[in-house]
Amino acid sequence: MGRTLAEKVWDDHVVRHAEGEPDLLFIDLHLLHEVTSPQAFDGLRKSERRVRRLDLTIATEDHNTPTLDIDKPIADPVSRAQLETLRRNCAEFGVRLHPLGDVEQGVVHVVGPQLGLTQPGTTVVCGDSHTSTHGAFGALAFGIGTSQVEHVLATQTLPMARPKTMAITVEGELPEGVTAKDLILAIIAKIGTGGGQGYILEYRGPAIEKLSMEARMTICNMSIEAGARAGMIAPDDTTFAYLKGRPHAPEGADWDAAVEYWKSLCTDEDAVFDAEVLINADELSPFVTWGTNPGQGAPLSSAVPDPASYEDPSERDAAEKALEYMGLAAGQPLRSIKVDTVFVGSCTNGRIEDLRAAAEVLKDRKISDGVRMLVVPGSARVGLQAVSEGLDLVFKEAGAEWRHAGCSMCLGMNSDQLAPGERSASTSNRNFEGRQGKGGRTHLVSPRVAAATAVLGHLASPADLSDAETRTPAGV
Amino acid sequence: MEAFTTHTGRAVPLRRSNVDTDQIIPAHWLKKVTRDGFEDGLFEAWRKDENFILNRPERQGATVLVAGPDFGTGSSREHAVWALQNYGFKAVISSRFADIFRGNSLKNGLLTVVLEQKIVEALQELTENDPQAEITVDLQTREVRAEGVTASFELDENSRWRLLNGLDDISITLQNEADIATYEAKRPSHKPQTLKV
Repeated sequence: MGRTLAEKVWDDHVVRHAEGEPDLLFIDLHLLHEVTSPQAFDGLRKSERRVRRLDLTIATEDHNTPTLDIDKPIADPVSRAQLETLRRNCAEFGVRLHPLGDVEQGVVHVVGPQLGLTQPGTTVVCGDSHTSTHGAFGALAFGIGTSQVEHVLATQTLPMARPKTMAITVEGELPEGVTAKDLILAIIAKIGTGGGQGYILEYRGPAIEKLSMEARMTICNMSIEAGARAGMIAPDDTTFAYLKGRPHAPEGADWDAAVEYWKSLCTDEDAVFDAEVLINADELSPFVTWGTNPGQGAPLSSAVPDPASYEDPSERDAAEKALEYMGLAAGQPLRSIKVDTVFVGSCTNGRIEDLRAAAEVLKDRKISDGVRMLVVPGSARVGLQAVSEGLDLVFKEAGAEWRHAGCSMCLGMNSDQLAPGERSASTSNRNFEGRQGKGGRTHLVSPRVAAATAVLGHLASPADLSDAETRTPAGV
Repeated sequence: MEAFTTHTGRAVPLRRSNVDTDQIIPAHWLKKVTRDGFEDGLFEAWRKDENFILNRPERQGATVLVAGPDFGTGSSREHAVWALQNYGFKAVISSRFADIFRGNSLKNGLLTVVLEQKIVEALQELTENDPQAEITVDLQTREVRAEGVTASFELDENSRWRLLNGLDDISITLQNEADIATYEAKRPSHKPQTLKV
C-alpha cells in the first residue's frame, strides 16, 4: 500500500523502531528562542551534557524583543535577563545565535525558511507550537516542550508515537480577495480546535497547489489552532523556486540530488488517510473570529452567532463565555464591530507578501481617527525588503507605526500589548483571553482585512472601501 | 522526573472547555528562567475573581483537576505543566487534551487522564456537591476511583512504565547511541546545516 507524505518523511527519520515503544526520530533542524530554552540548557549543564549537533541547531530572539528603540537597553529587566540568558547559553555551548540587531534576527519561523534551512523532507522542531509553519515545505515540523528541547539538544532525536494522518483537501479556487488566512480560519471553524488532535494534517488539492510559499506557511502555521501538532503541503516547483539560491539551500550536485528526493515527497495515489475533510474554496469569503478561540470564527458578512444555537452544551457554554469576554451581543453584524488597534505581523502573517497585501489596501489612504495600527515585519530581512519596496512609507503615510521585527503584539510578552478592554483586529494566530495583553479583545483577520479595518475603524474588507471617501486627492 | 504510581486527593472541578495554555499561565510569566515559582501565575486572570473555584476555601489543598474538554490547547509552553505542579496538582482529568500539553505533562510526572465526557461530568458533579470527596488516580491498575465512579483509563505501556519508574527520557535514548551514530553516518550531504563544524 502507498504511503502519505507524512509517513514518507517519518519513515526516513526513524533511528530506532521497536514494538511497544515510540519510534526514535532523527531531527534535522532544531530552532531555539529565548523563552523555552533556558531550563533546557540548565538541564544539560546539570547532567554535564553537550549539544550533540551544533551544525543542526540555530537560535534567535523574538518573543521578548522590543520593536522600538532596539539600539537601547531593553527596558523590562526580566525580558532583558531572559535574552541575556540565551546569549550566555549560546556562547557557552557554541550555538549559532542571531540576536536583536542582527540582520538575520526575527521571528524564528520566519527566519528558518528565509535562510533556506527549512527544506522538504526534513524534520524541524522548536519549543514553540507554531513550528508547524515549516510544514509548508513538506517538512515534518512540530512544536515541543522544554523537556523535549533538552532531549533534542542532547541527542538530536525525539521518541515519538506515530500520529495518524488527515487529508484536508481544498477543491476549487479561492475567489478574488480571499486569502490563505481566510481559508485556514474557515478550516479551523469547520473542524474545531480539537479536530486535528492526534493527526498530522496534509493540505492538498487545487486551491492549495496555487498558493505561494508565504500563503502555504500561513496555512500550516495555524494547524496547531486546529489541534494538530503538524500540517504539511507536498513540495512542488513553487517550493523549489523559493529555496533556490537561499543561503543554506543545497548547491550544484547536492541541489540536483535534493530536488530528486524532494520530488518523491508526495502522497501516493493508493495511500489511505485516517481521516479526510473536504473544503470548497469557491464558497469562501473573508473570515474573521468573534470569540476567544480560533475555531470561533465566521464570514465577515455574517453576524455574531447566538450561543443558544449550539447543540453541544460545552460549545454553547464556551460561546456564552466568549461573548461576555469579548463584549459582543448575539446577532450583531461582524462589520459593525469597532476596533481600537490593528496589528499586522507575526509568524502567521509577517512575511513580505503579507506586508505587500496590507500596503496595497492602505496606499493613498489614511487609517481612521482613533485607531492605532502597528506593522511589524516578521524578520529584520523582511523589514529591509519592505523598505526597499517603499512599503514602510505607505504605512507611515497612512498613519500606521512601522516597527522593528519580532513577535510583538501576537502575545503579551514584550511592550506591545493591548490595554484592558481594548479591541484589536490582528493578523496573528490566537484570540485567547488576554493573549495580546490582560483584558484585551482580539479578532483574528487576514492582512487585507486588517488594513481595511484600520481605514474604516470597524471590521471590514477592502471591498467595503469607497474610493471617493477615503483616497487622498492626487497632488495633496 | 518524579515517579507516579497512585494518588488520592480532593478535586477542583473546572467546568470550562478549551482551557488554553495562555489561561493556565499567561505569557508574561514565561520570562522566568526556572522550572519553579509559577504557582501564583496559574489561572492568573481568572483568580482575580474571588468566586473562581480555585479561590474557594474548600478547594485549598486539592490535588486533582477535573477539567472540561480540550484542556491545554495552544502554546507549547511547558510552563503550563510546571504551574499546575507548582500549585500542587498531581493529576488532571479531562475527556480530551491537546497533544503538546499532554506530552509535556507525561514528561514531568503530571498524570493526564482521559475519561469519557460523561464520566468527567459525573466526577465534576460529585466534587461540586461534596468538596471533601476524594478521587483516586491509580496508574498501576489504570483506574480512577471515587464515590460511585470506577473507570479505567488508557495510557500506552511505554509512557506508563516511564511514569511508574520516574525515568528520564534522555538517559533511555542515550542507551541507543549506536543507532543514532549509524543514522547520522548515512544522512545525505544535501541536508541543511546551520554551521560548518
